[in-house]
Amino acid sequence: MASPRQRAARWRYVQYAVLVVVLVAIALVADWAQLQRAFWNWELVKEQFPEVLTIALKNTIIYTACGFTFGLVLGLVLALMRLSSVGPYRWIATGVIELFRGLPALVVFIALSVGFTLAFPNLVIPFGNLGIVTLALGLVGGAYMAETIRAGIQAVPKGQMEAARSLGMSHGRAMISVVVPQAFRIILPPLTNELILLTKDSSLVYILGLSLADYELTKFGRESMNSSSNLTPIVVIALCYLLITVPLSIVVRRMESRSERAR
Amino acid sequence: MTTTPTTPDGRRSDAAIDVQDLHKYFGDNEVLKGIDFHVGHGQVVCVIGPSGSGKSTLLRCVNMLEVPTSGKIFVEGEEITDPDADVDKLRARIGIVFQSFNLFPHMTVLRNLTIAQQKVAGRKKAEAVEIARANLAKVGLEEKETAYPAHLSGGQQQRVAIARALSMQPDLMLFDEPTSALDPELVGDVLAVMKDLASEGMTMMVVTHEMGFAREVGDNLVFMDGGVIVEEGDPRAVLGDPQHERTQAFLSKVL
Repeated sequence: MASPRQRAARWRYVQYAVLVVVLVAIALVADWAQLQRAFWNWELVKEQFPEVLTIALKNTIIYTACGFTFGLVLGLVLALMRLSSVGPYRWIATGVIELFRGLPALVVFIALSVGFTLAFPNLVIPFGNLGIVTLALGLVGGAYMAETIRAGIQAVPKGQMEAARSLGMSHGRAMISVVVPQAFRIILPPLTNELILLTKDSSLVYILGLSLADYELTKFGRESMNSSSNLTPIVVIALCYLLITVPLSIVVRRMESRSERAR
Repeated sequence: MTTTPTTPDGRRSDAAIDVQDLHKYFGDNEVLKGIDFHVGHGQVVCVIGPSGSGKSTLLRCVNMLEVPTSGKIFVEGEEITDPDADVDKLRARIGIVFQSFNLFPHMTVLRNLTIAQQKVAGRKKAEAVEIARANLAKVGLEEKETAYPAHLSGGQQQRVAIARALSMQPDLMLFDEPTSALDPELVGDVLAVMKDLASEGMTMMVVTHEMGFAREVGDNLVFMDGGVIVEEGDPRAVLGDPQHERTQAFLSKVL
């Protein structure tokens, strides 16, 4: 008679074997030559460089970084407003969160680029397209992050606030020095998710009608795909997205294990 | 603003803590039913009683972690229950030690001791560190200043918490069941630190289940039950010869 542990081990080997069989079957059945013609034309791959890095990748990173930074600040403010004892703060924050969380990011982009100019003909959003991207991504991301941050703040034990207050700290000082830093450790994983989502949402900037210097990865890939009638550029930009998100995940995992040690 | 607390006959005006006719409701539940309580300068007053008797609520009212429903509380002659009182400023003069330590887990031990000194008391870093180190030495943990709270035992964490409160150089200290969350073999170290403090003349209010500590160190013992003070007096007298039958019943269970 096999022990329960041996049976579990045997069952795992069966699972691995099935996985290998499926992968091999796919690899054998797929028409690799056809795939490569459509998706991986070496000449076209080479043509993408260096612009895909110097313009497209760079712009995606800039748009995302600006949008995320603004969104993080906005999200923190909205979260603190949601938790405030002042009624109107809570209502305003709830309204903003529900609005921008509910709207598709595309609609926010259009509202800001077209709507804003129609409503305020004499006002210009500073920094041109970058300003609009920052505002739009920040509003959408901030509305999502506000709820995450609020949950994080509420997950910090009540005794932390009490200990800080009883040392004489004001509510705001206790939030900044004691509660919020602990909240951010708790919500690091969902915040990373949000950053990755924003990286991909930054592609919506195409709606603004860009010149080549402002292209980010998706727009760049699409233009290049249209002019070459081949899917290779899309594969190249897909790899570029992974070039952003995978190292990001690794950095965050490092940060998590570091704060785990101080726990 | 300073108000001198005076009861009609003017007594207790020099008390470190003076609680007058304190009532506290949680919803419809009245947990403190008219408490009069005082702690003189340099006194150690221990509060005992069954759980739910309101003793922790009384302690938490003294630094306004719980807001009293009615009644007045004076700390060092200033009314902390006054709606115009600067509660943050008064709290900085009241050290409090919690049952669950409540150290800041994202800061080193030293930072736990210096942050309020710098951000609240406005001390320069060098001065704050010097005071912090002196207090860590006092609780016997000077070698732990770079450690994070999670790496300390419960007893060590509680001693750090005492050192953190002392670093604000408070006029008085409140202890809310400081040894109740500790393994039995760690209780002694914490009580030893508290005894040292008492012998230095620190004013202390201690909610506790440690009858030995109350008998040995306390100047006064208060027994609470059902939101009222049932009996109080010299600890040896109250513990040795309780007058009230509720006190007798409680002590027969815990001693």
